Amino acid sequence: MSRLEFRAKDRAQVVVEGLYGDIERRIIASPPGQCPVDMAASFLKLCHAQTCGKCVPCRVGIGQLLKLYDKILTLNEESSMADLELMQSTAEAIRDSADCAIGTEAANMVLRGIKGFREDYEEHILRNRCADNIIANKQPVPCVAKCPAGVDIPGYTALVSEGRYDDAVKLIRKDNPFPTVCALICEHPCEERCRRKLMDTAVNIRGMKRFAVDNCSETVPVPGKMDDTGKRVAIIGGGPSGLTAAYFLALMGHKPTIFEKRSQLGGMLRYGIPNYRLPRERLQWDIDAILSAGVEVKTDYDADKEQSMKELIADYDAVYISIGAHTHKSLGIEGEYGEGVIPAVEMLRGIGDDAMPDFKNKSVVVIGGGNVAMDVARTAKRLGASEVNIVYRRRKDDMTALPEEIDGAIAEGCTLVELKAPVRIELDADDEVKALWVQPQIAGESDKSGRPRPVAAQADEERIPCHIIISAIGQGIDYADFEDSGVPVVESKGLFSANRSASVEKIDGVFAGGDCVTGPSTVINAIAAGKVAAANIDEYLGYHHEISVDVEIPIPKQMDKKPCGRAEMKLRYANQRGSDFLEIEQGLSLEEAMQEASRCLRCDYNGFGAFRGGRNEKW
Amino acid sequence: MVSLTINDQKITVSEGTTILEAAREVGIDIPHLCYLEGINEIGACRVCIVENKGMDTLITACNTPVEEGMQIYTNSPKVRKTRRINVELILSDHDCKCATCVRSGNCSLQKIANDLGILEVSYENVAEVSKWNYNVPLIRDASKCIKCMRCIQICDKIQSMNVWDITGSGYRTTVGVAHNEPIEEADCAFCGQCITHCPVGALRERNDTGRMLDALADPDKITMVQIAPAVRAAWGEGVGLYREESTTGKLVSALRQIGFDYIFDTVYTADLTIMEEGSEFLERFTHRDEYKWPMFTSCCPGWIRFVKTQYPELAGNLSSAKSPQQMFGAISKTYIAHKLGIDPDKIFSVSIMPCTAKKYECDVAEVNDAGHGKDVDLVLTTREMDRLINADRIKVEELKEEPFDDMFGEGTGAGVIFGATGGVMEAALRSAYFLLTGKNPKMDAFKKVRGMDGWKEAIFEIEGVAVKVAVVSGLGNTRKLNEAIKAGKVEYDFVEVMACPGGCAGGGGQPIHDGEELAETRSKTLYGIDSTAKIRFSHENPTVQMTYEEFLEKPLSHRSHELLHTNIEEWGL
Repeated sequence: MSRLEFRAKDRAQVVVEGLYGDIERRIIASPPGQCPVDMAASFLKLCHAQTCGKCVPCRVGIGQLLKLYDKILTLNEESSMADLELMQSTAEAIRDSADCAIGTEAANMVLRGIKGFREDYEEHILRNRCADNIIANKQPVPCVAKCPAGVDIPGYTALVSEGRYDDAVKLIRKDNPFPTVCALICEHPCEERCRRKLMDTAVNIRGMKRFAVDNCSETVPVPGKMDDTGKRVAIIGGGPSGLTAAYFLALMGHKPTIFEKRSQLGGMLRYGIPNYRLPRERLQWDIDAILSAGVEVKTDYDADKEQSMKELIADYDAVYISIGAHTHKSLGIEGEYGEGVIPAVEMLRGIGDDAMPDFKNKSVVVIGGGNVAMDVARTAKRLGASEVNIVYRRRKDDMTALPEEIDGAIAEGCTLVELKAPVRIELDADDEVKALWVQPQIAGESDKSGRPRPVAAQADEERIPCHIIISAIGQGIDYADFEDSGVPVVESKGLFSANRSASVEKIDGVFAGGDCVTGPSTVINAIAAGKVAAANIDEYLGYHHEISVDVEIPIPKQMDKKPCGRAEMKLRYANQRGSDFLEIEQGLSLEEAMQEASRCLRCDYNGFGAFRGGRNEKW
Repeated sequence: MVSLTINDQKITVSEGTTILEAAREVGIDIPHLCYLEGINEIGACRVCIVENKGMDTLITACNTPVEEGMQIYTNSPKVRKTRRINVELILSDHDCKCATCVRSGNCSLQKIANDLGILEVSYENVAEVSKWNYNVPLIRDASKCIKCMRCIQICDKIQSMNVWDITGSGYRTTVGVAHNEPIEEADCAFCGQCITHCPVGALRERNDTGRMLDALADPDKITMVQIAPAVRAAWGEGVGLYREESTTGKLVSALRQIGFDYIFDTVYTADLTIMEEGSEFLERFTHRDEYKWPMFTSCCPGWIRFVKTQYPELAGNLSSAKSPQQMFGAISKTYIAHKLGIDPDKIFSVSIMPCTAKKYECDVAEVNDAGHGKDVDLVLTTREMDRLINADRIKVEELKEEPFDDMFGEGTGAGVIFGATGGVMEAALRSAYFLLTGKNPKMDAFKKVRGMDGWKEAIFEIEGVAVKVAVVSGLGNTRKLNEAIKAGKVEYDFVEVMACPGGCAGGGGQPIHDGEELAETRSKTLYGIDSTAKIRFSHENPTVQMTYEEFLEKPLSHRSHELLHTNIEEWGL
């Protein structure tokens, strides 16, 4: 016998670890419309298998909880509320007396469920069935269900696979008039639950869309307008939400007019997202198509100054407020108003109108951890900054920016300065920035959402010398004038109050949506809000125009689906792209696109889609 | 065109053809269970799986279109093995007590299991325990349900009622009433189309044969049965007779053997309905401003339930005339009892109907006007009657032609075609023409309203007056028509509605033949009977004439209103 040995995995263990990976992906790709009680029971079964077997609460207790779950869930067995009480007290005993996290955390999951979806437990106990909303939420096609605008993803993927790129663009436009913008910068929530994840990894859906817009004709005409209704709709704000609403309202035969405060359309797409991610000519392609549907535009038009809301409401048959969230939040620290402290939104807005600040040989600090922080950091680097430090009071893992944006910034030479909370800005005699003082933090106890709270570390403040400080700690809306004209505001959030149909209470015919209602969010959410508003404005005006598209979707070819790699979009090399504003991403090759299209499992035709229909042909 | 081979047979079929359809063209039958052509092509049961050479995964024949160069094998070793396992799995989730199942011998699952020679199931049985209100006309036995989803699809796509839906989630997914409602609170029309399209015994009508046998055994009860028009065109299917052998006379003979005291014909009161409803139409037509238009027929209780739950604002457009079943009930316990010299309180009035909703109709409290308990005491479907015939081991092939009992078995060809879509309209127009002009129309004058189209319309000129009529069958078509009427897109004077596609001939109480739609075939039988009938006009029915002379006086008389008309708006659901 050797005294010590290297641990080697046996074959079974290797396979089981592969299965862990499978289950991880499977959980991530959980289809919508699952019974939470059933899921809780299934998770608990896994927990029970993990028990080491030493302690009673974990070994026996979880087993008894499982039996109670069976009793509650099985259609052929009766159960009572006493079973739920027993379940709760048992789980509490396990939580409070198990020796390790295997037991305590299993019990915590049960308790969180009993609290979080108690009505589902009750429905099973009292009426032996799942709650009705489980069925209502059952969606056949995960990607479409997860896309806020409900774009027909399997449809355009199939069209791409047949080289029908113009048709793909037309199909996308049925739900979303920004195919190019979304092809380039959508956060693609569609990929989250892609069923392909059960096999390997999600289909590169944005890549498919990008392939369609990169390869379609120079112009893809929009559908013809429906009969003129003579109804006039004022749209305040020409960002993605307002443009979307205008596009669909125009197709429906109404007359939308966009009132845009700035000199160009696009909102945050132009005044927030840098050219290297969304080249202006690509944005313009979408906007040109939208305007070709018959949209009137008034730029440099401040709705508040020139014509009060009340007049717009009186003059137009309906009003849609989509002003976005373009004001910056203040840092609230000493020195904030010094020379060289710039809010991120103001800097990006200037760049949107081609006013490039000069950062040559300047040392820049960016405060914040979101996508905007990454955008300004990378922009600052391109503007010649000698050094860019991104200062964030939490950890990289806690950043809200997309991982690829963070990695992109690092690759281009920005430095992440984690766990440093800004304390004050040091200014010189001329009020110019000299340095940012920060307090080191440690990641402390988690808040309710599970994100660790930053807590001041037992360490001295640190000084980061710099010339420029860009604050990117969030945006709000400038609502005072609107509030005065009667538009309801949620004071605690500083946002307009609108319901899920985009209508605004108390003022008939006024609708609101996008960032000014939700707070800063993604472009696809703004587009979805514009679509919802268009549908409900149409109904409000007394019509029921339906938007559809005359594109036949190819039937899937029969083939075995085998695990296969996902083709990713490539980026220009960091050392080449870091100093210019040209687009950094490159689309898939034809070979990659065809393989990627063939990875789609066509949930519109298979599985639940075969039964309940895989697409909404009109809305 | 697409070329492929199926079991090495070469075949070329048009694009879009499924493998199942292509196989049929070369005489290859691929076993299938959940598939219902055009309605349910969802590949749920995985019984119709076939092997496509070059692929590891088996594919479903029912919903996979053919592809160029496919080499399909329908009975390869892998297919055989997998199909058998899938059928065993279905059996493990099904209450296999075939001996006590209403569909034994007419069950698609039983047939496949028998054909595959499955003599034992390798799995523990996990069939759901049924919980249902067994008092409603429509019974669902969860333990038999194989979740093929056909009932959901028929109810959604053909009847537009959306009564059924999947309920539960995950492995507990099953079929149930939508939105977790109890069936008696759902807006179910009780049309029974889900029953006739169920491949197994999960859906059936409430079994009332026990109450029937009790009545037959009760010496204090006089059993009086009426036979609906459409029953005569279908009853033989459930007792093993060829269509041409299953005559009305033999049916009468069978019922007499069972022991009914009086056997009469609903056709008599169908003719009476024509007199009342036709006169009502003329009354409305000549006083147009006083009524809502169009006038709707009211003889179909599935349609009545549809109006009451879906379009209550149109209930006032319904004819006030009762259905032939209920007219017979009201007359049986008044005039017929008097003519036969029997105590109406002793009469047990039974109707044999192609319909499950009729079980609801006879239970509506507001419909009883004769004053001797329920006007119609019990409704049996064609299937239940066939079960009574089978239970008594009546040798149907030896049955002789027998006439109905005197007087009230008298019906005309016009009354017989009530059982087909368009039949009520045609019969009504034949007599309306006479009532307006004093002479009979040509026999083929109103043929335009015949046929299986779901929504037919015609304009007939009677003495220079144009009458615009429409005929719909199937509740999905009915919904479309009602929407068009409400939107002002169409205008009619008189509309016939039957809830079941093809009318009562395709009724939810008729014998079941999985995968076949027999409404058209059975309707041909009814039109055949009409074409050879001695009397083909309701107003010429001698018993109808006698009933008016001796009892009712004239159509729409005070007594007619008391006994033969009803205010449907007051009916409970």
